[in-house]
Amino acid sequence: MKALVAGLTFFAKRLAQALLVMLAILGIAFAVRSALGDPLREIMGEAVPASERAALKEQLGLDAPWPVQLARYLGDAARGDFGTSYIYKRPTLDVILAKFPASFELVFAASLIVLALSLPAGIYCAVRPRDWGAKLVLGLSILGISIPVFLTGIFLISIFSVWLGWLPAFGRGETLRLGAWETGLLTLDGLWHLILPALTLSSIMLPLFIRLVRGAMLDELGRDYVRTARAKGAGHLRVWLRHALRNALLPLVAVGGLQIGTFLAYTLLTETVFQWPGMGFLFLEAVTRADVPLITTYLVAVGFLFVVTNTIADIVSLWLDPRISIEAT
Amino acid sequence: MKAPGAATASSSFLAAGMARPGAMLAGLVLALIAIAASFAPLIAPQNPFDLTSFDVLDANLPPAWLPGSDPRFVLGTDAQGRDLFSAILYGTRISLLVGLLAVAIQAAIGIPLGLFAGYLGGRIDTIVTRLADIQLSLSTLMMAIIVLALFRAGLGGESLSQFAVPLLVVVIGLAEWPYFARTARAATQVESAKDYIRAARALGASDRTVLRRHLLPNITSPLIVVATTQVAGAIMAEAALSFLGLGMSVTKPSLGTLIRSGYDLLFSGAWWGTVIPGLVLVVVLIAVNLIGDALRDALDPRLR
Repeated sequence: MKALVAGLTFFAKRLAQALLVMLAILGIAFAVRSALGDPLREIMGEAVPASERAALKEQLGLDAPWPVQLARYLGDAARGDFGTSYIYKRPTLDVILAKFPASFELVFAASLIVLALSLPAGIYCAVRPRDWGAKLVLGLSILGISIPVFLTGIFLISIFSVWLGWLPAFGRGETLRLGAWETGLLTLDGLWHLILPALTLSSIMLPLFIRLVRGAMLDELGRDYVRTARAKGAGHLRVWLRHALRNALLPLVAVGGLQIGTFLAYTLLTETVFQWPGMGFLFLEAVTRADVPLITTYLVAVGFLFVVTNTIADIVSLWLDPRISIEAT
Repeated sequence: MKAPGAATASSSFLAAGMARPGAMLAGLVLALIAIAASFAPLIAPQNPFDLTSFDVLDANLPPAWLPGSDPRFVLGTDAQGRDLFSAILYGTRISLLVGLLAVAIQAAIGIPLGLFAGYLGGRIDTIVTRLADIQLSLSTLMMAIIVLALFRAGLGGESLSQFAVPLLVVVIGLAEWPYFARTARAATQVESAKDYIRAARALGASDRTVLRRHLLPNITSPLIVVATTQVAGAIMAEAALSFLGLGMSVTKPSLGTLIRSGYDLLFSGAWWGTVIPGLVLVVVLIAVNLIGDALRDALDPRLR
């Protein structure tokens, strides 16, 4: 009972914290908008006489003091209205959400590759540290960490698209619409286009995760309970997977969750190389064309992803490991 | 009074190199690149920042070992007829400069904070640790992308390119001080408990003297290891930002900018413009990382 109350308090506290951070992000987005944006341009375009502009400014309440405008911005945001994009002439949130499936499918495919390779490779390196195979994997992971993600993409394109001509180098290919979700996973062409970008994105995450899995496993394998399990006659595989891996997953979730910002940046770089029409690619287009409402809405969207992932990572850590003291957080 | 440990640190650097031929080779390659980059104006056949020194008629020439090349341009030319070899020399100079200056800022913020936190403990320690945690949870690369994107949207591409070097240095420099702070703090805590520090204090040395004369010289080894990995990270961040068009401009290109402008020509067959600067960047990064790994193995007693 006591634990349940403590758990709920932690949950509520964490949620309040997340809301506060979100509010701060919205505040920053508002400040950026006021400093850089010209809301009249959203509505009227550039070639409008000054007198007409002034009239509309008053009519829209844009000459109001900034706290009033901030309150209005927050109110609009709560209803999902973040303004209209200069480039697309549509609500910014719609524009960004329309690009979300592309980014999500890229990250999803890359994560599958990372998961499928980093767990076995990391465990292997931890349980057989002296094998030449383990040394090779670790050596390759230094190499992988040293190659910036956009260069991996460029090298892959140079070899497989330009030189050999086997794989497409840009875009998503043919996509299917499932309601609001535009997917490239259900067409052969879409999957074909996904191969190089997904490999590129996974190449930068893979070394990091192999090292993480290896480090976490090494920590766990040195503990008493592993020795106890061995003494009780549990087989190697059972000790590695049922005992050590299970406990090693906790730091993995925590660290992985904290890396979300870096992964977003890597995704943005990968999207740029492959002209992958996702959120990051859209953001850079918005930056080059100074589409301030779109830029600030992207800030809010990324901030939201960041806050949600961090909160979930915290809660999952708590759920996976009841030993984490709730009072300490 | 010479602090103990300072001399052994420099001799173990040599020992570290001797024991690892890979790291030695990496050091040699890096030194060569750094020297070539530093003396770029003396070595480069052309000034790549001077638009009048090249001719569009020389555009898109391949490197010397391919058919159709011109012996004047060892590594070929870009779309404006700029000599790629010269551009790479100057570009490497900018990349290394931004990387080193950014890490200098990180160290200048992080080391004092870490020293104070570790030495004084208590409230200051809590605040520094908490600030470091918050700063680290914000990804450097993503923050840098956003900050530079806002500058670009606000100032326009033209004015951004004027302030590109200081902006890149400050943005990359401000974000990663916690790595220095954490290392300095941990090392300070270990050293503070040792007899020579207690002796120095018992002899009446002020906190200032203890920190500067006794603690700092004895925690240099782990700090040098951090600095090495941080330089690699900073060079990579600069390249990524410039590749995105948020860093160095085309008129004053770093390696990242060269990769970017060469990439536009990749599909017309001129692969050298993007692949060669890319390889130079990778060689620099691998060399720095290998040296960092070797130093860590040699200097960190916990890993022995």
